[in-house]
Amino acid sequence: MKKKLPLFALFLFFFSLLLFCHSSLAFESDELLVDDEEFGLEGGSKPQIKPHEPAPTRSTTTTTRRKVSDQDSDSKIQFSLEHAFGDSDFVPAGTFSARLKTSSHGGQTLTKLRFSRNAFTGEDKEKFEKLLQDDDFYRIRLPSNTVSPPGRDYIISSVKARCLPREGLDEHFVIHMEGVNILAVNYGAFGACSYPRQLKLPHKWSFNSHTVLKNSEQAPRAPIFAEEVLGENGEGEIIPPPERSFWAKYWMYLIPLGLIVINAVTQAMNMPEEGVQGGGQTQQSAAAIQRGTGSAVRRR
Amino acid sequence: MDWHQQYIGKVKHAVFHTQKTGRKRVVVSTEENVIASLDLRHGEIFWRHVLGINDVVDGIDIALDVITLSSDGSTLRAWNLPDGQMVWESFLRGSKHSKPLLLVPTNLKVDKDSLILVSSKGCLHAVSSIDGEILWTRDFAAESVEVQQVIQLDESDQIYVVGYAGSSQFHAYQINAMNGELLNHETAAFSGGFVGDVALVSSDTLVTLDTTRSILVTVSFKNRKIAFQETHLSNLGEDSSGMVEILPSSLTGMFTVKINNYKLFIRLTSEDKLEVVHKVDHETVVSDALVFSEGKEAFAVVEHGGSKVDITVKPGQDWNNNLVQESIEMDHQRGLVHKVFINNYLRTDRSHGFRALIVMEDHSLLLVQQGKIVWNREDALASIIDVTTSELPVEKEGVSVAKVEHSLFEWLKGHMLKLKGTLMLASPEDVAAIQAIRLKSSEKSKMTRDHNGFRKLLIVLTKARKIFALHSGDGRVVWSLLLHKSEACDSPTELNLYQWQTPHHHAMDENPSVLVVGRCGVSSKAPAILSFVDTYTGKELNSFDLVHSAVQVMPLPFTDSTEQRLHLLVDDDRRIHLYPKTSEAISIFQQEFSNIYWYSVEADNGIIKGHAVKSKCAGEVLDDFCFETRVLWSIIFPMESEKIIAAVSRKQNEVVHTQAKVTSEQDVMYKYISKNLLFVATVAPKASGHIGSADPDEAWLVVYLIDTITGRILHRMTHHGAQGPVHAVLSENWVVYHYFNLRAHRYEMSVTEIYDQSRAENKDVLKLVLGKHNLTAPVSSYSRPEITTKSQTYFFTHSVKAVAVTSTAKGITSKQLLIGTIGDQVLALDKRFLDPRRSINPTQAEKEEGIIPLADSLPIIPQSYVTHSLKVEGLRGILTVPAKLESTTLVFAYGVDLFYTRLAPSRTYDSLTEDFSYALLLLTIVALVAAIFVTWVLSEKKELREKWR
Repeated sequence: MKKKLPLFALFLFFFSLLLFCHSSLAFESDELLVDDEEFGLEGGSKPQIKPHEPAPTRSTTTTTRRKVSDQDSDSKIQFSLEHAFGDSDFVPAGTFSARLKTSSHGGQTLTKLRFSRNAFTGEDKEKFEKLLQDDDFYRIRLPSNTVSPPGRDYIISSVKARCLPREGLDEHFVIHMEGVNILAVNYGAFGACSYPRQLKLPHKWSFNSHTVLKNSEQAPRAPIFAEEVLGENGEGEIIPPPERSFWAKYWMYLIPLGLIVINAVTQAMNMPEEGVQGGGQTQQSAAAIQRGTGSAVRRR
Repeated sequence: MDWHQQYIGKVKHAVFHTQKTGRKRVVVSTEENVIASLDLRHGEIFWRHVLGINDVVDGIDIALDVITLSSDGSTLRAWNLPDGQMVWESFLRGSKHSKPLLLVPTNLKVDKDSLILVSSKGCLHAVSSIDGEILWTRDFAAESVEVQQVIQLDESDQIYVVGYAGSSQFHAYQINAMNGELLNHETAAFSGGFVGDVALVSSDTLVTLDTTRSILVTVSFKNRKIAFQETHLSNLGEDSSGMVEILPSSLTGMFTVKINNYKLFIRLTSEDKLEVVHKVDHETVVSDALVFSEGKEAFAVVEHGGSKVDITVKPGQDWNNNLVQESIEMDHQRGLVHKVFINNYLRTDRSHGFRALIVMEDHSLLLVQQGKIVWNREDALASIIDVTTSELPVEKEGVSVAKVEHSLFEWLKGHMLKLKGTLMLASPEDVAAIQAIRLKSSEKSKMTRDHNGFRKLLIVLTKARKIFALHSGDGRVVWSLLLHKSEACDSPTELNLYQWQTPHHHAMDENPSVLVVGRCGVSSKAPAILSFVDTYTGKELNSFDLVHSAVQVMPLPFTDSTEQRLHLLVDDDRRIHLYPKTSEAISIFQQEFSNIYWYSVEADNGIIKGHAVKSKCAGEVLDDFCFETRVLWSIIFPMESEKIIAAVSRKQNEVVHTQAKVTSEQDVMYKYISKNLLFVATVAPKASGHIGSADPDEAWLVVYLIDTITGRILHRMTHHGAQGPVHAVLSENWVVYHYFNLRAHRYEMSVTEIYDQSRAENKDVLKLVLGKHNLTAPVSSYSRPEITTKSQTYFFTHSVKAVAVTSTAKGITSKQLLIGTIGDQVLALDKRFLDPRRSINPTQAEKEEGIIPLADSLPIIPQSYVTHSLKVEGLRGILTVPAKLESTTLVFAYGVDLFYTRLAPSRTYDSLTEDFSYALLLLTIVALVAAIFVTWVLSEKKELREKWR
């Protein structure tokens, strides 16, 4: 116990340190981010155009957080999204901003991804409508390296324009990261987009964007059978599997049997009318009838 | 039911062994890195060793044992001559690359130990032939001399080693072969410089070319003096423009120069002058000199003349005299003669006879003796590039009169033979003929389609540009075709086979055909060549030299009215070209224009791109069948952390029977079945070398499942501490891949299954009845997929050469993985062992479903080797083809050997086995009928009696 106490105190101390400092400095989990960090749901258009949307408030919260993070070793980076209508050239369409986290062993990752999209200009609108008419591709691209864009090349992704319109224009980004590199971006509609695609114009010309950052998952290890695991196995085997009900087990026999019985009964019902007594079933039923009458007599 | 064939590949070197050991043999090394001892009488293999892919044989000779030099001159091995057991193996070290040379001097023998001289990696080694001990080594690389030739001086234990330092300094060393002592060293500079091979003309004179390739330089190093003598090729009356090279040969006093399309035989006269002896076209081939009886020499010249091949054996140094002149009829499907080796024997009249071993353009090996082809081997089948199958013709009900007349004689002859056979009068040839007839008419080797779809033609494309059709019943060659070589293309290489036309339904009268795609040259930008081959007759229907290249070939799922499949060829400019070039094809294509997508994997750049068709090509020449494409998506792997090592997609013709999988909890899981799934594996660049080159911490393997329409990454998973090579197979909704785990020091196999969640709600029976389900809704890649994946990993003992999966006609039968193991065998492993739902102790219900309790490694059951005890040496690929019978799949494994078998992964549940006793069945039926009859009679009688009572 004597030895454990200081250890515990030390742990407490560290824990308090942890509380004081922000998560990124003191404790860096080496676990890969399995869960998708989902952000977004930001108003597609700039706040000055639609000030009533909740997006501005969200962005203010992020700025306050950023102030905290500025004290850490994290740095903020930005990279732009570019789009093209059909085969036209790519033009800037929005900006991603994120925090660059440098972990203790030198690896860099992006967190807290924000996305703000430029509003469609009138020209863009026309172009997009043309795409909808032709059932053509709406294409986007991102730099393959977020720190020194564009990296080796741009990552391109496309979607049939007719998949996007819902109430507004729904888009869904899944950005696959490897450190600061973008491997791939999956761009598409938020929901289903089944073939044949119907021509539908959006009610609102604003984007409703969802972005997801994804890192690689860890593969499950090959099962290794240690002694204690086997012991558990043994215990586990003693517990019998939950017994299934009689009906669940034998329904396939019971149904035909039931049918036979019903068949026999109907036959028996017919038999007495002919006035012939015979067959176990009919005798029994006849007996039952007799008994029934007997009891009735007794009751009387 | 199954057959196994052994091959050796195209012969590179051949050494005859004609000592008094009764059986005469020839030892050969081939381009498939095979060393084999063949029977000279029948061409059968006595013994054979297949060396590894990187263990290229450089030289072969006989010194008591068979000595081979391989792996760029670094491995010297001795094999026991009678049985091919390895006697010893020596590794020769050196610092620098140099031309590997193997020399076994005939006169340097001490007791039974003869000396082997090997020049490799800049060093000269003398090795004992008894135990492979290196007796002495001399490093020439230290003196920056590149050894060109090791020359044995007659009747002495001295050798000459000649070489260049730089390109103009000539060195000649005289060395005592017994102890490596340097006796003399001479050097001289030649201003013109040297290039190319050297030809040894005599033991102290050699000929080479200067750097301009227009002057022949004769170098003599007699009497410790080096003298150069220049002879201009134009002085010999020859035009020296174009490609001039000296061909390696070992003729005494003569050498061969190849200039453009012809060859010159040049002789060194006694006054050290050069003179042209003979001029032949480049198709003529000359053998090495053969020493027979008391130092006499002979060599063979093989020339083509129409459909005949002329073989002349000439005594050394005398061109105008012939020892033997023979002319043999040669099948033009064998192409040109590539190599010839000669050997002498004593005739019955004590004179010298010669036999020649000829290597043809189609890689076949022939033994010619007395103007006849004694035997031939179709060794092109050792180098199969691609395989496809073709149905056999349907058995016709009525046979035409012409056929009857033709076969009447055959029929009579057959019966005569059979009669002879029964009367014991048949000669051995007759017996063989009877056997052949029996085999031909036997059920399994008939040339017609069978009800169960077991009989098929395997169409194989080989490196020799020869296509073979093998009958699946017994593996015999039905036809073979050496692809036509056009004038425009010198060195065509073939790449792939595609099924061009597979008639069924309508267009029944057409014969099926295959498309052979090749290219002119090695680079991927070389123009493509298309050939169309009829699979029934083996005739080349058509052949085109295209102007564009073919980087990728995509068979489309559409066929025209004659059942010709539409194919798209992608050129290096990413334009696509439609074939066949018919207006019908273009109209079919136009309808599906917007639904055609394709992807390209640039493994070197680490980029995967998706493309779609954009518009017609805009060029000077209007081409209706050419289309521009555009990039739809791209995936760029960071060069510093990932390198693509494997990309596998689903087989296009795979059939999936059921979309749903019912689990033990009466739950339904819907398989995510997409034809557009691509499996990609990347590894850390550091760990892309061979196993052991990287630490577990710097090695990782990332696997991806990618939708090739949208470029969506459906699944991404990292295996830390793992590295390639990765072998994968993608089928239905699962992928199985094999790799090495550095942490566990074992090979592993992982399985990943994908399930579609968007259909998971369709469990309600009521919904299904009312039609409120989305099962019939078309699936679109543009919808956001709702999928879940399940994975599990198991250890696997073997390393793997190839992985395939069984495929059946309807996809009902459970699947087996066919794993080509490192031991060149094919192991069938039930897919149930690679189920991600395996748990340590499955519940009773799960057990009933067939889930096997979890184990950490996959079992290797000796009985599940489909190759039994046979080996498919040099295994490269496994092809599975469904038979018409649902339970059965046909398996063809190829490498240097071929193996074919039929598999029934869930037993033959839909047919009676061959040993089923029909007689017993009949007997039972008869007995039952009899019993019924008897009882009926009895009951009749009884009734009658009852009535009388």
